[in-house]
Amino acid sequence: MGGAYTGGSTEAPPGRFTLDSRETQLPSFGYPLCNTSTPCRPGLSALSGTALKLTVNGQDHEFDVAREMPLLWVLRDHLDLTGTKYGCGIGLCGACTVHIDGVAARSCSVLAGDAEGREITTIEGAAGLVSDLVREAWTEADVVQCGYCQPGQIMTAIALLSKNPKPDSDEVERAMNGVLCRCGTYLRVAAAVRRASEGL
Amino acid sequence: MTPLSRRGFLLGATAAGGLVALGGTSWLMRRPGLPGGGDYTIPYDPTVFLSIDPDGTVTLQSKHLEMGQGIMTGLATLVAEEMDADWSRFEVELAPADTAAFLNTHLGRQGTFASSGIANSWVQMRRVGAGARAMLVAAAAERWGVVEGEVSVAGGVLRHEPSGRRASFGELAHAAMAQPTPDPETLELKSPAEWERIGHTALRVDAPEKISGEAAFALDVRRPGMLRAVVARPPRFGGVVAGFDAEAALDVPGVREVIEIPSGVAILADDTWSAMRGREALPVDWDDAGAESRSTDSILTEYREIAQRPGVLALDRGDVESALGGAAQTLDYEYTFPYLAHTPMEPLSCVMERTDEGVEVWAGCQLQTLEQWAVAQVMDLDLEQVRINTVFAGASFGRRANPRTDWIPELAHIVRVSRLNRPVQLVWTREDDVRGGCYRPVSLHAGRVGVDASGAIAGWEHRAVSASLVLGTPWSYADARAGVDRATAGGIMETTYAVPDLRVDVHAPTSPVPVGFWRSVGDGHTIFMIETLLDELAERSGRDAVEFRLTHLREDARAQAVLERAAEAIGWWGGPPGGRAYGVASSFDDVSGRRTYVSMIAEVGLDVGRLDIHRIVAAVDCGVVINPNIVAAQIEGSVAFAVSTVLRNEITLRDGFVVQSNFHDFEPTRLAEMPQVEVHFVSSDTPPSGIGEAGVAPVAPAVANAVAALTGRRFRALPLPLHELGATLGASPGPVIRPTGLHP
Repeated sequence: MGGAYTGGSTEAPPGRFTLDSRETQLPSFGYPLCNTSTPCRPGLSALSGTALKLTVNGQDHEFDVAREMPLLWVLRDHLDLTGTKYGCGIGLCGACTVHIDGVAARSCSVLAGDAEGREITTIEGAAGLVSDLVREAWTEADVVQCGYCQPGQIMTAIALLSKNPKPDSDEVERAMNGVLCRCGTYLRVAAAVRRASEGL
Repeated sequence: MTPLSRRGFLLGATAAGGLVALGGTSWLMRRPGLPGGGDYTIPYDPTVFLSIDPDGTVTLQSKHLEMGQGIMTGLATLVAEEMDADWSRFEVELAPADTAAFLNTHLGRQGTFASSGIANSWVQMRRVGAGARAMLVAAAAERWGVVEGEVSVAGGVLRHEPSGRRASFGELAHAAMAQPTPDPETLELKSPAEWERIGHTALRVDAPEKISGEAAFALDVRRPGMLRAVVARPPRFGGVVAGFDAEAALDVPGVREVIEIPSGVAILADDTWSAMRGREALPVDWDDAGAESRSTDSILTEYREIAQRPGVLALDRGDVESALGGAAQTLDYEYTFPYLAHTPMEPLSCVMERTDEGVEVWAGCQLQTLEQWAVAQVMDLDLEQVRINTVFAGASFGRRANPRTDWIPELAHIVRVSRLNRPVQLVWTREDDVRGGCYRPVSLHAGRVGVDASGAIAGWEHRAVSASLVLGTPWSYADARAGVDRATAGGIMETTYAVPDLRVDVHAPTSPVPVGFWRSVGDGHTIFMIETLLDELAERSGRDAVEFRLTHLREDARAQAVLERAAEAIGWWGGPPGGRAYGVASSFDDVSGRRTYVSMIAEVGLDVGRLDIHRIVAAVDCGVVINPNIVAAQIEGSVAFAVSTVLRNEITLRDGFVVQSNFHDFEPTRLAEMPQVEVHFVSSDTPPSGIGEAGVAPVAPAVANAVAALTGRRFRALPLPLHELGATLGASPGPVIRPTGLHP
């Protein structure tokens, strides 16, 4: 992952298909790359107003992208932080959940320009006691199936427990109800949140 | 052993190239037909599937797609068991498209379908593990100058106790590679008493990277200079492009190219959002002359008329007319079921780029043989020039096993036409997914069933009207070519209930609406029909619903045991708690002779003015259980998958347009609606039969039967008409479901 990656190992797991974003940052190709430092097309900056400045996982970034681009796509396509998932684009599924100033937010429904000056944390940058306990609990409860919604589940759980370390079952249900899992890992999601809460 | 290339066992396991001919004909010749389906050789060579690093890490190529079902963990368990490998140094990779090496042993084509992942690998993968162990033992014996019988293996280490010598798998990998591949028939596999991994719970091997967020799905693949593409597709199935104004889309910042392809107009841009904005700006005229223009209601009206006429005979045993004539009671029925979308959480996506050899693809590819062939057709390449890297799929439920193929060759069309020569990632939005077809087909089931004075089923004639999933597709099979698609008439044709006099015929009307496999396939509707009818027949005969079923299962001890276990586990005979009801249903699913037994009892309440599915108690016999935790997870997931089809899910056509578009009007089950699920295993020593789908079909009829017990009303359609029952949905969405901005 890119330099903004602060959670877990920076090494991709061995032997798997890996995301080589380092390669994409080397201007060794016969065409201009569209990334954080190269405008996609002449005039884009003018159209989109001033450069966008975001603080993601503790690092400052500047982009030449439209300020009305949803935060989700800036994270995914311009920072290659692919742990934040696209599921519906209209704030109904929670797969794109990130923390903005510590609060869970649907990055598909937040305009990038509105996130300026805020602390944005993605699954790659989530760290600390609550994050550790949540991930341990996720492992012990063997929650995941396909895994696609799990970053959103985990980010939602971390936000909940950071604010309310001892949620009752109704509070767990209310907080987690907004994150869809088509594989149906819900019973284990709820169990893992309770388990993580025990360590707080 | 066919001389498959030895790709593994050593460092740097190589790509799929270089496979040689099987049976004298080359796989690699361009050919009009889809490969496979004829004679084929099952590979057992450990070097095809395994590599061993010098540090002792064993890496298995998973010939099956991981889409949440846990197959990587299951296959690893089978191999590691027989290999006596060190589990902490056992890794799994998703194998690329390579039919000869990674075929599904049930079909001779590479693919993950019909809950067959473990079943088709059960013998093969254990032989691969045992073969690898034998080669390592032979290498150790040769190096140490001892007899093989004195070499023991445990935890990835070989030992010669008399001399005290020992070596790790890594140290002997080179030498083992030079050993002859053992004859798979002579390999002795462990007895169940010797199993240390099979039947025990191991944490999933794919969990850590999915918890860290690093797991790469197709949407997460990044290639240098990659463009994103979205496609404007006809709003009605079967429509085609009549004209479009590319300039309007090209004026959107970031849009690079606008091109026509067979499925619509593709917009290529620097990022996904720009591509989506380009599509919004693109005016397209559609020619709907050949498009579906009916509404669901009118389709069902036509189906009702079709059902008046005999269809293609699928099954006719006993003497149905006499049996029905002599029945004490008969029941005429008509059931209807809507189109259903799969909506896996990861919408469809794939990445493709041109290479010196041909093209390289990254996809959560479920039917590799089919997709590779389809891409080769589009690009006019040989199969070997199409490299498909299989990546994690954000679930599928059948969506990625489209017998017609769609999104992968769609991207091939884009790459073929594009003048930019850059890698392209195709993105289907959620709206594209919900409106993209490949649905479980709308269907109508009609017939008559009788019971005699003793309460035994006496005659059953059944007619199914449903579009065929496979007829006319490259994936078609023999039955379908004869006009009978078991994928839509299944469930009733193979029922294990005693129905001596049974006739089934089918109609397969066609439509431009593409339909496909949807988790549990035909059972999803036929089991609803069977199990709600059995409940009603039991009631009319004055019999208990479980006892009535048991008397019809006398010939099937496994089915009896599973149903009895579910009934005992919930305390069926003691009755439900006050204000609630139990409903029972089973799927004794049979796929090509593999029968999986699942009985479920739902505990349901309407007592607080809404339908609450409190819990589902399930009993399961799926043969040998490789990993109980994963089997339980499949049952839990099946319940979640089915509950929303009971409550609300349907795809409806209005004048050919799909009404639904996203999760607000096609909303999957949410956490608050999830019943408690208990899974009870009935132990079995038969080979594993598959568990990915069998848990889906019983859920809806079990709930419907429970609601019938509460209300006295029987149901002939899904979703249940909750508004007519005065019930509101169980979930209260609450503020978290609304789109949240910065200030939730």
